[in-house]
Amino acid sequence: MSAQPGVSLPAADGLAAPPTSLWTDTRRNILRHRVAQVGLVLLGALITVAIAAPIISTHEPNDTVGIDEGLLRPDAPPGLRGPCIHLLGCPADRPQHFFGIDRNGRDVYSRVLYGARISLLVGIATVGFAILIGTVLGAVAGYAGGWMDNLIMRIMDVLLAFPSLILAIAMVTVLGPGLLNAALAIGIVGIPIYARVMRASVLTIKERDFVVASRALGESPLGLLLRRIMPNALTPLIVVGTLGIAGAILDVAALSFLGLGAQPPLAEWGSMIGLERNQLFSSPHLIIVPGIALSLSVLGFNLLGDGLRDALDPRLNR
Amino acid sequence: MLRFIVRRVLLTLPVLFGIVFVVFAIARLLPGDPCIAALQERANPETCAAFNARYGLDQPIPAQFWIYLTDLSRGDLGDSISQGRPVSEILIERLPLTVELTAFALTLAILLGMVLGVISASRRNSAVDVGTMIGANIGVSTPVFVLGLVLIWIFAVLLKGTPFVLPPGLRMTAGVTVVPLAESWGLTDLGGPLRTAVDFVSNMYVVNSLITGQWGALGDALRHLILPAVALGTIPLSIIARMTRSSLLDVLGQDYIRTARAKGLGERAVILRHGLRNAILPVVTVIGLSLGGLLAGAVLTESIFGLSGIGKMITEGVTSRDYAVVQGLTLVTAMIYVTVNLIVDISYAFLDPRIRLQ
Repeated sequence: MSAQPGVSLPAADGLAAPPTSLWTDTRRNILRHRVAQVGLVLLGALITVAIAAPIISTHEPNDTVGIDEGLLRPDAPPGLRGPCIHLLGCPADRPQHFFGIDRNGRDVYSRVLYGARISLLVGIATVGFAILIGTVLGAVAGYAGGWMDNLIMRIMDVLLAFPSLILAIAMVTVLGPGLLNAALAIGIVGIPIYARVMRASVLTIKERDFVVASRALGESPLGLLLRRIMPNALTPLIVVGTLGIAGAILDVAALSFLGLGAQPPLAEWGSMIGLERNQLFSSPHLIIVPGIALSLSVLGFNLLGDGLRDALDPRLNR
Repeated sequence: MLRFIVRRVLLTLPVLFGIVFVVFAIARLLPGDPCIAALQERANPETCAAFNARYGLDQPIPAQFWIYLTDLSRGDLGDSISQGRPVSEILIERLPLTVELTAFALTLAILLGMVLGVISASRRNSAVDVGTMIGANIGVSTPVFVLGLVLIWIFAVLLKGTPFVLPPGLRMTAGVTVVPLAESWGLTDLGGPLRTAVDFVSNMYVVNSLITGQWGALGDALRHLILPAVALGTIPLSIIARMTRSSLLDVLGQDYIRTARAKGLGERAVILRHGLRNAILPVVTVIGLSLGGLLAGAVLTESIFGLSGIGKMITEGVTSRDYAVVQGLTLVTAMIYVTVNLIVDISYAFLDPRIRLQ
């Protein structure tokens, strides 16, 4: 098992391969890990789509092209709103829409592409906010100890005692609906997890020899935290954070689905599904296409997170 | 044993107090005037003064908190602004459905999740194992509302006309009713808290029709619960399957398992009696924790399937900006969540003697 605090591990030099850094090991492990590979491919696709959305989309996301093309006229059969790809045998005289159009005549394919930007941005920003506040609180609690530790961690316990989405709903009710408020609520609800992870890391690291030595050399508490403790506490944060992005994307999409997050006409997957849910029986593509996009993005972060957890575990290094 | 339970309960009290405080604080500390939020365009200095006096908002904040606490101790969650009646009254009508839905979903998740987890662990790297783990990864990544809508599409649209068709929503088929317990037991004159309890059970249609033998209604109520329960239960099912598998794999590598095999026990006995029993603790933990996700998922599930439980009540409260409703329900769900996890904690002591003796 792990080394006792204060007891240094015997040096392994001269026995095996030259020492490798944590990042080299991690990169190697990730690339070997099949689950992580799938996650990386999915995320690579997501990021590519998010960046290249203006190039690979066929229409502007908020353009009501279907109206000009006559697809929404009352006498037009509803089948016309479905997917139409010329290469796959859709008649050439019909306007091409890879994933069909929505009730407002907007091109679903283009909206789904632009939706990648929002989900990616919101997921990363939300978790970034939660990590920032959470690590500061956790570091202070772990380093200071005593009543400060007790106070901060009991507040975190209370926040963790709520089903997170329901607490976020309560906050958004008061703050008012909107993508920013929804992301803020999900971010606040996420803080305790990172505070706990950070505190646990600080507690185990702060009594290690190298930290005690730095303190003896007169390093300030802030310097100790930032330069000695933080780098060693980073790995669990990365794993929990990656999995957290998956959760944040899901939760923000859920709030948007309920009409509390992204507001129309913004092309956000959750709100696209929420606004078109009554079309399920006539135009299922309006729900299934953004639904698949959402699931695959969440899956990508989940798989990468699982892979990172395995890869960052030094016990698995051979 | 008793000391352990008392200690755990006492440790929970500050958290419960904290929950009450947070729910109270969200309403008061976050920006936004509750009067303007509730009355919208009808808000003006006079109506707001009346509104604030009616809901005690003209008092200083500590006094408001004290009023809130004393009200809560009497079981008073405040009045719904949009419906003009106590939140607790609405809660007793709506909570039974949510209890039924989450219980059904959780039962499904535990049974299927543990069976799949045990099979995966005992046949590691087999097709069943790989399939289950891929399915579990997809399962935890699919949002409840996407899965729910896709299930409706499959079972109510694609399978229409086959024996597998399932109702896409609502609690019962129109025309099918469940006779309330108070009526079937001749207790219509009953009042007070006992009547409330009877009505509560009565509103759990599955339980009610089971007790009173209304088999037609029971079948109908169950059929309507299948799709929502699958949609809601898939995420916990995936988590439970993964946890059962990894926990059981850990245990199966232990020396006492080798001993059990060496003394000639059958593989089934080794895995179920020696393996699973020692692997169960982490699984029980995730079951307790998954309840939070279930309660939150119920909000989405009920909204999709048109079920009038507390989840739907929250969304209604949000749309009508009825903060008393949202506040009351947030409080109640958090209390349920904490209480269940307290029970889970205490159950450790029964499952693992080492914890009891500490």
